[in-house]
Amino acid sequence: MNIALLIIFAFLLLSFYSGIRARQGKDMNMEQWTVGGRGFGSIFIFLLVAGEIYTTFTFLGGSGWAYSKGAPSYYVLSYISLAYVISYWLLPPIWRYAKEHKLVSQSDFFVSKYNSPMLGILVAAVGVIAIIPYLVLQFKGLGIIVSEASYGTISPAAAVWLGVIAVTIYVMLSGIHGSAWTAAIKDIMIFFVVVFLGIYLPYHYYGGIQPMFAAVHAANPGFLTFPTEGLSTSWYISTVLITVFGFYMWPHTFGSVFSAKNENVFRKNTIMLPLYTLMLLFVFFVGFTAILQVPGLKGADGDLSLLRLSLKTFDPWIVGIIGAAGLLTALVPGSMLLMTGATLLAKNVYKVMAPATSDVQIAKVAKLLVPVLSLISLYFTLSGGDTLVTLLLMGYSLVTQLFPALLFSLGKQPLVNKYGAFAGIAAGVLTVAYTTVSQATLATLFPHWPSVIQDLNIGVVALLVNIVVMFGVTITTKPLFVNGQQAANTEGTPTFK
Amino acid sequence: MKARDWLGVVPFIGMLGGVPFVNRVEPYVLGMPFVLFWIVLWVVLTSVIMAVIHQLDPATKEEESSS
Repeated sequence: MNIALLIIFAFLLLSFYSGIRARQGKDMNMEQWTVGGRGFGSIFIFLLVAGEIYTTFTFLGGSGWAYSKGAPSYYVLSYISLAYVISYWLLPPIWRYAKEHKLVSQSDFFVSKYNSPMLGILVAAVGVIAIIPYLVLQFKGLGIIVSEASYGTISPAAAVWLGVIAVTIYVMLSGIHGSAWTAAIKDIMIFFVVVFLGIYLPYHYYGGIQPMFAAVHAANPGFLTFPTEGLSTSWYISTVLITVFGFYMWPHTFGSVFSAKNENVFRKNTIMLPLYTLMLLFVFFVGFTAILQVPGLKGADGDLSLLRLSLKTFDPWIVGIIGAAGLLTALVPGSMLLMTGATLLAKNVYKVMAPATSDVQIAKVAKLLVPVLSLISLYFTLSGGDTLVTLLLMGYSLVTQLFPALLFSLGKQPLVNKYGAFAGIAAGVLTVAYTTVSQATLATLFPHWPSVIQDLNIGVVALLVNIVVMFGVTITTKPLFVNGQQAANTEGTPTFK
Repeated sequence: MKARDWLGVVPFIGMLGGVPFVNRVEPYVLGMPFVLFWIVLWVVLTSVIMAVIHQLDPATKEEESSS
């Protein structure tokens, strides 16, 4: 075992230790395990929210896309900042309602608002299905980090196995308290590592940021701006909007909203969080520097660019620290994702089907589901060849389908009824599934339309289908429920006027 | 919606609406191609705008004292 791997393992053990410590002296009932007893202030929420967003994706996927696609990678900066803007208005009402009704999961929110456990099952299912590509992304990242840092002695597949086992143990040990503490260590480390790499590497190889960009521009003109077709500005705008709407629809992000102490925590955080996204800038610098220094990484291998360049440039111990930071960026979000997925399945699917189950048993079922979800994601990790960005966008187009039903439920009375919400979400998700499987884009569906429309993210279509079906079904089912209250009484005894 | 809330639309206009018009490399600003600089500039402005909204919003005062 080399020094790089030793450092990575030391950090892994440290995070296990902090996970166990954080849990001591706390009675881990469901509310403790999942929403931390609703006692987290600004700084913890900041770390949790930041912790979820700055994942292996940021680290490896961001640099990977800058390396292989160029300018389109900038979309990441925009969507995260704009999502924080929306959160100022979106999160306080969600938090207030969740607190009043003692909700612990995203699915609970829909169940309560629309008074429909069936809708809860659908929302939980969409959430868990979307979580899988996001988990695959983290595991893939872990695999890349460990196998690269081993200088080829550990195969990527073995590295993925190690990573999955580590994350699973970590979640089962600690729940959310562990996540928050490790998130603190992780955020400090990733910040310094990324800023260091983003400044050092361009200066080392090119003598500055601008000379680096100029060299990339000279080698490949057009790489530093959005292309006129394909990943064009119209792709950029539509993708940013879709991901902004989806941002808080991730079950784990939605869930971490519940753990805040009061609603002003969110309002305050919207000031600092956009600045925090600037860290991504340094990740992009690394990706752009790698283009001419470690050329030839094709397709999904673009995600290796940051580590390949680091291996070429630094001594093993620095590679170890970079790898350790990378490990934490996969561990923290990975553990949140696993925990949320397991809780959703236990509470909003299993419990609905077996209502007699006690809360203690539900918590046990949730813990047992953690390794099950890990293994499912492990299977997809080892079988798929997508880039990290592709996986992320796939998950996003799914969770975004929950946004309309959420938005329309925020008023005193939901704008649409439970049938509309159910049908809309289902239609949106099926549209995403169809376009993913058939690889359809607007360009293949409408080959003669102008590229401004062809380049739109296909998620826009799914969202439109979703909203149209939602209102359509609401309107057609309305006659069954004349005057709200009467509905229950007259159901089954149709009266004709 | 209050005027204060409409301020929240401004970052969307700048970051999304502006990009098709500034999609070029030259001039470099702070070492960055112009379109990247534009997005970065708007990230910073977003933060400033959110600070202003936070200042103007009475809701942020109320709860500070009650908690």
